[in-house]
Amino acid sequence: MQAFTQLDGLVAPLDRANVDTDAIIPKQFLKSIKRAGFGPNLFDEWRYLDHGEPGMDNAKRPLNPAFVLNAPRYRGAEILLTRENFGCGSSREHAPWALEDYGFRALIGTTFADIFFNNCFKNGVLPIRLPQSEVDALFAQVAANEGYRLKIDLDAQTVARPDGKVLKFEVDAFRKYCLLNGFDDIGLTLRHADKIRAFEDKRRVEQPWLFA
Amino acid sequence: MSQTLYEKLWNSHVVHQEEDGTALIYIDRHLVHEVTSPQAFEGLKLAGRRPWRIGSVVATADHNTPTNNWDQGIADPVSRLQVETLDANIKAFGAKVYFPFRDARQGIVHVIGPENGATLPGMTVVCGDSHTSTHGAFACLAHGIGTSEVEHVLATQCLLQKKSKTMLVKVDGELARGVSAKDVVLAIIGRIGTAGGTGYAIEFGGSTIRAMSMEGRMTVCNMAIEAGARAGMVAVDDITLDYVKGRAFAPSGADWDKAVAYWRTLVSDEGAQFDTVVELDASKLKPQVTWGTSPEMVTTVDGEVPDPALESNLVRREGMERALAYMDLKPKTSMKAIKLDRVFIGSCTNSRIEDLRAAAEVVKGKKVAPTIRQALVVPGSGLVKAQAEREGLDRIFLDAGFEWREPGCSMCLAMNADRLEPGERCASTSNRNFEGRQGAGGRTHLVSPQMAAAAAITGYFSDVRDWLR
Ligand code: SF4
Repeated sequence: MQAFTQLDGLVAPLDRANVDTDAIIPKQFLKSIKRAGFGPNLFDEWRYLDHGEPGMDNAKRPLNPAFVLNAPRYRGAEILLTRENFGCGSSREHAPWALEDYGFRALIGTTFADIFFNNCFKNGVLPIRLPQSEVDALFAQVAANEGYRLKIDLDAQTVARPDGKVLKFEVDAFRKYCLLNGFDDIGLTLRHADKIRAFEDKRRVEQPWLFA
Repeated sequence: MSQTLYEKLWNSHVVHQEEDGTALIYIDRHLVHEVTSPQAFEGLKLAGRRPWRIGSVVATADHNTPTNNWDQGIADPVSRLQVETLDANIKAFGAKVYFPFRDARQGIVHVIGPENGATLPGMTVVCGDSHTSTHGAFACLAHGIGTSEVEHVLATQCLLQKKSKTMLVKVDGELARGVSAKDVVLAIIGRIGTAGGTGYAIEFGGSTIRAMSMEGRMTVCNMAIEAGARAGMVAVDDITLDYVKGRAFAPSGADWDKAVAYWRTLVSDEGAQFDTVVELDASKLKPQVTWGTSPEMVTTVDGEVPDPALESNLVRREGMERALAYMDLKPKTSMKAIKLDRVFIGSCTNSRIEDLRAAAEVVKGKKVAPTIRQALVVPGSGLVKAQAEREGLDRIFLDAGFEWREPGCSMCLAMNADRLEPGERCASTSNRNFEGRQGAGGRTHLVSPQMAAAAAITGYFSDVRDWLR
């Protein structure tokens, strides 16, 4: 996994609540057996005027000019500003894959859906929860200032605004440690292989039907 | 100390705990399907890892599989490749059991687990699918997980988790005829909202839940995720044990007795404290119908489409306006005046034998309205289909003008050929009414099986309570 330490990135605003994973990456693209290449189909139904299917040449498709990510001023954005309950719906990891493939490394919103939130950390994407008032202020500042950037520092757990204000955010210590170092969870977990084996052996005796 | 059911399940599965509370949780059952597993198996292969305990894996193909013309295979080459990739991965790595495409026991992953006794009380159950919460009906700790976690569980038999807060949703009172588990859970989501359960594990309790069959409890737990909760659960009682007994992978003989003695403890203790308690009076509940593009956008069948102008929260108001534009509905329209194009009875929410019996009770001797373009019944599994056919339910549906299909996810998410055309409106027994969920531009209204059946007959939403008096 790609490590996440600091990011100085352009911000794009997606001013909608309850953005679900079907909207982030529609199901027809879940048929892929690969992990990469979902970026061009991120927010497919909002982003293009036609209906997208796997295998199409996305560069030739008509863009929806009304969709915010298509505005030239947000091209190359690495930070997505969102509203509450972003990522609700299915467990598809294709959602963070698509966001990451598109170029987003951090998301800022008030709340994120649980499974999606988890999936982000496994893919080097940092979801940041901030209070409603601060998210509202960020939306206002992004709208008012073309080329609006934020500086994110995971180690310090801060988001620095261009006007000098620094916002603190919370993150679980273990998740932070993994993300800062780009650690593979599986490798970390297998350090406890003896414990897992011991637990399993005990269980096998106590509840043999689980191992039938 | 008194413990909640969730705490008991959690404590009995912790292998290791980090300082910040992140724990390694041991996984008893791993359900696998074709959509969220290929990248996980590929990851294992690339890292040169072997599965930790392949005997925990129960696999099936369900999302992409067609529901008719099975003899012709899978027409869509992309879908076919995904299903064949699962075949190949199971062949290479193994499984406790695999129900491939066209197998007599193939079906939706959340239907086949319980019906084969592969889901047992006290288990941790995971699957790369958010509706894994369904299995909580058996007093399991059941989580939907992402593909990286699928790989993690394959490789380590564990999942990294933080303990959730606990919520008790207490539902009391007798349901009126024509009001079902689906209406209960839609009403709960309408009350607490789609993010209301975020960060919580929900236990469903109270006399209404206790009186429900396992099918009903599965319907309720299935949609816990639509309330934002990763897990939903119901305590063990006689109904649980009666359901499990004699299933293919359930214990028998001395093991059964030993298991039952343990399973009986899988209830929240008297006096156990929950972080939040929500109460619902089920005796006054009416059939529910969603009007928008989120399951919380729900009202009663005798209600009307709400008016965004009356919503004071700006973000919410815009959300409502966007939903109404997508759904092509005007504020204050009576729900009974909404005209439908298709009806879908199926999905892991409502495709079990009891759901089909309930729908057939309404359909029997009637005809699908001529204005309905398609009315589909898709059983949740091959076993459900066979059982329904033994009971003659297929004839009731076919005689009325429904199509009777092979099992699978089908029009719940339209990854196969079953889908809505742009602009079409559907009464659906599934769990998600998101934009494009049942086909790009399609409009979904979530309802119970009996409400879907009644809608098919009249072509409009109709109060099924009037039909069953
Ligand atoms: S029936 Fe629908 S919700 Fe259930 S597993 Fe299949 S696609 Fe997911």
